[in-house]
Amino acid sequence: MSKKDLEIIIATDCGSTTTKAILIEKKGDTYRQTFRGEAPTTVEAPFEDVTKGVLNSITEVEELSGRKILDGERIITPNSGNTGADIYVSTSSAGGGLQMMVAGAVKAMTGESAQRCALGAGAIVMDVLASNDGRADHEKIERIRQLRPDMMLLSGGTDGGTITHVVELAQFLKAADPKPRLGASYKLPVIYAGNNKAHAQITEILGANTALIITENLRPTLEKENLMPARHKIHDIFLEHVMQQAPGYPRLMKMVGAPIMPTPAAVGTMTEKFAKANNFNVLAVDIGGATTDVFSVFSGVFNRTVSANLGMSYSISNVMAEAGLANILRWLPFDMDEQDLRNRLKNKMIRPTTIPQTVEDLQIEHAVAREALRLAFDQHKALAVGLKGVQQERSISDAFDQTSSGQSLINVMKLDYVIGSGGILAHSPRRTQSMLMMIDAYQPEGITRMAVDSIFMMPHLGVLAQISEKAALDVFYHDCLVRLGTCLAPKGLAKEGQLIMEWEVTGSDGSRQAGELRFGDILHVPFAAPKARLVAKPAKGFDMGAGPGNRAEADIEGGVVGLVLDGRGRPFNLAKDPTKRRDDLNKWYKAMEMYPV
Amino acid sequence: MAHAYTPGLKVMPCTLLKKKRLLPIPGKVLAALDQQVDSLDVVAQTELPGKVFSVNVANRLAVGPDEIQGFMLKAEGDPVKKGDIIAENKPFLKWFKTSVESPVDGTVEAISFITGQVLLREPPKVLPIKAYVKGKVVEVTPNFGVTIEAEGTFIQGIFGIGGETNGEICVAVSSPDEDLQPEALKETHKGKILIGGKHASLATIKRAIELGVNAIVVGGIHDRDLRQLLGYDIGVAVTGSEQLGVTVIITEGFGMIPMAEYTFKLLSSRNGEKASVSGATQIRAGVMRPEIIVPGFPKNVTECKKDQGRGWIEPGDPIRIIREPHFGVIGTVKSLPPELTVIGSESHARVLEVTLDGGEVIVIPRANIEVLEK
Repeated sequence: MSKKDLEIIIATDCGSTTTKAILIEKKGDTYRQTFRGEAPTTVEAPFEDVTKGVLNSITEVEELSGRKILDGERIITPNSGNTGADIYVSTSSAGGGLQMMVAGAVKAMTGESAQRCALGAGAIVMDVLASNDGRADHEKIERIRQLRPDMMLLSGGTDGGTITHVVELAQFLKAADPKPRLGASYKLPVIYAGNNKAHAQITEILGANTALIITENLRPTLEKENLMPARHKIHDIFLEHVMQQAPGYPRLMKMVGAPIMPTPAAVGTMTEKFAKANNFNVLAVDIGGATTDVFSVFSGVFNRTVSANLGMSYSISNVMAEAGLANILRWLPFDMDEQDLRNRLKNKMIRPTTIPQTVEDLQIEHAVAREALRLAFDQHKALAVGLKGVQQERSISDAFDQTSSGQSLINVMKLDYVIGSGGILAHSPRRTQSMLMMIDAYQPEGITRMAVDSIFMMPHLGVLAQISEKAALDVFYHDCLVRLGTCLAPKGLAKEGQLIMEWEVTGSDGSRQAGELRFGDILHVPFAAPKARLVAKPAKGFDMGAGPGNRAEADIEGGVVGLVLDGRGRPFNLAKDPTKRRDDLNKWYKAMEMYPV
Repeated sequence: MAHAYTPGLKVMPCTLLKKKRLLPIPGKVLAALDQQVDSLDVVAQTELPGKVFSVNVANRLAVGPDEIQGFMLKAEGDPVKKGDIIAENKPFLKWFKTSVESPVDGTVEAISFITGQVLLREPPKVLPIKAYVKGKVVEVTPNFGVTIEAEGTFIQGIFGIGGETNGEICVAVSSPDEDLQPEALKETHKGKILIGGKHASLATIKRAIELGVNAIVVGGIHDRDLRQLLGYDIGVAVTGSEQLGVTVIITEGFGMIPMAEYTFKLLSSRNGEKASVSGATQIRAGVMRPEIIVPGFPKNVTECKKDQGRGWIEPGDPIRIIREPHFGVIGTVKSLPPELTVIGSESHARVLEVTLDGGEVIVIPRANIEVLEK
């Protein structure tokens, strides 16, 4: 069957706890997601076969849709009438996802490139080893021995350059004799993507004890990063080695019509396709119970980071440890005893599936979420940077503008679109809560559209995009994204109550809204039109993207929340005085109608 | 009949337990099939490869990496003692002589003529695995270890710190809602598993360490005390490797929470008997909770119930509420309405009605309770 004939698609995402299936049907010229089902993931004992959860979730889709998709344990293909599907695709993050260790000669150069390469391929990076990482040699060897990654990525040196450091790392690796996480009797897959002059030495050192794969250098010159060959090898090994060891995956691999992708890699693909199709700078986040994934596309450059211990249940206590209690308490509009907060967060950590029953408890979780999102974004900004170590030519005129290499690519003024997913953002009782949490965490400047992925469909669509970009984008626009609206945040600082912007918005449906924004206020304007034209006239010293004091015009989106005019200024800081801070928070939450009174 | 899936912590007077005791890397199994083992018996043993240390001989002798061969006094595989000279140069004047000494006892693992590096490995360390529980070997996993079967009381806690230990159970409070005070700890508690009530403070735990108490089991502790005890905040609940000198198990949660009456009575019924205890907790990918195992039947129990693991709740089941605003309260399931209900936070959730001791009925999200499994 050719790709253009795809009419019925079934897709699953096998997560650590839940396997989610969706049915996509072609209605006229457009693909729409029509039914969904879910079932507990069955990777662990007593089932130890991922396909059981897959079949259960598909059975639920069958029951809801009335379409017969399964013939026993086989997916009926192609579709005919009310039977079968044209293709079945799947992603997976079950069993802890893809866990990797990376190594590079210099931490800030090849080490960082190797990290970006592994993260982009959908891996969790357990550690980054480098010749200059500050650890003694025996500590590095101990670390390699302790961790049991699924595979290792070794890089170092530019092509033709010195081989000493990368050979040294290989020797440490050999001395540590690391074992893979799954399948104790298998050799650990090691991908070598370093200096091409060292191939013979690396093979001699690692050839016998590891499953060594040699590919192109991911940093052939200081000025160039070439991540794709190594990234493809990671995917190959993920399918050939790692997946083969996971319970039931060999069977699942026979069921699918396209290669299984690690869930984060699929979300990354979807983020990239969306950014490219609209020429947007996009930030996408998935905040889960244990980890937070951040994806960005800025000026066409894709980056992904995963903050392995920032999450809302299993890792909630770590958010407290990393952010500090004061930073969580600052978002609460009421006074709270420190000991009480500590105990509550630890109790959530040990009973991660409980949910907030009261508004006060919900506000505590929202406070933690802001800090988890902020910290994960900080980590993302630190890795989504230009190449370090690049020689820059400077003219006399540049001499006073000493920007170093390795500047962050993330610029919140140029950010066009934020997509949030994960329980706390996708299932908040009120959508205004999701929007303000993201605004507080990311502090977007100027004009920023916002949406949530209501049922975390991006993994399914990312893997589907490999087969049909149109089907993936159709469903993404129509069924996946819940448009929240647009945040308008003038950059600058003023005195409270001072006029900082006049604005006017005209919707595609002819609706019109206009007003003024004063410093220190938040205005929430319900506005549902999918397309609208904004004219913003910021006051002197305030910037909406066209420069300080300059009038800005732009196409924006309304949504289920509408427009949020954030007059709190940028950089935005909460008042130091606790009473004033609580009064401010209560004022803003009331303006947003965040919580029941 | 309506029911819902809600796993709880196990508190069982007598059950049949199986414990896998496996080495992390292959080694030698020392116990045989059907053999009776005691908790402190070693059932398997292996040698962990020693730590590796590196010495850059080329740098130390100021020669090229490819030249070091001529200066090495030891070859790959040679044994060395700490301070032994492994390489030295041969200058015309003795005064300029440079020697490179081994920083450790061990063997020469590798000599690299590319990096000029010499790797030295310390001797292997013996890693024994004890039986941990008294019982019978029912399965031998060649080269890795054994599975031990035992009948006895099995109680799971919600969170713990510190590893496996053994000792006699000693109930140190008169009721489950009593705070275990430092003054209540005596010299005679050395080596015991101390049972408290609703709470143990930092001072109590420190006193236990001082006295050599093997473990403390209480309803709750404050997180602030835990932080002070460890010197850091626990971010993710993966514990068991802490070296504090005492294992601490909490049965209810963080804060001051009376130990469930049933748990307290069961532990009291085994007062004076030998128990195996582990604080190891892992709340992700294969949940592991801390545990107290007392081999043998309690006095008034004649039949050992199988762990049924029913996995659902029904009206009449005893439950514990595990989240504010009723954290720690115990009640009985009255009904399980099937429809989604709007709760105080405005979320739509599946709920249940709970009858409290005084007869009051409250509505709680199903996610916020756990069954008291007996």
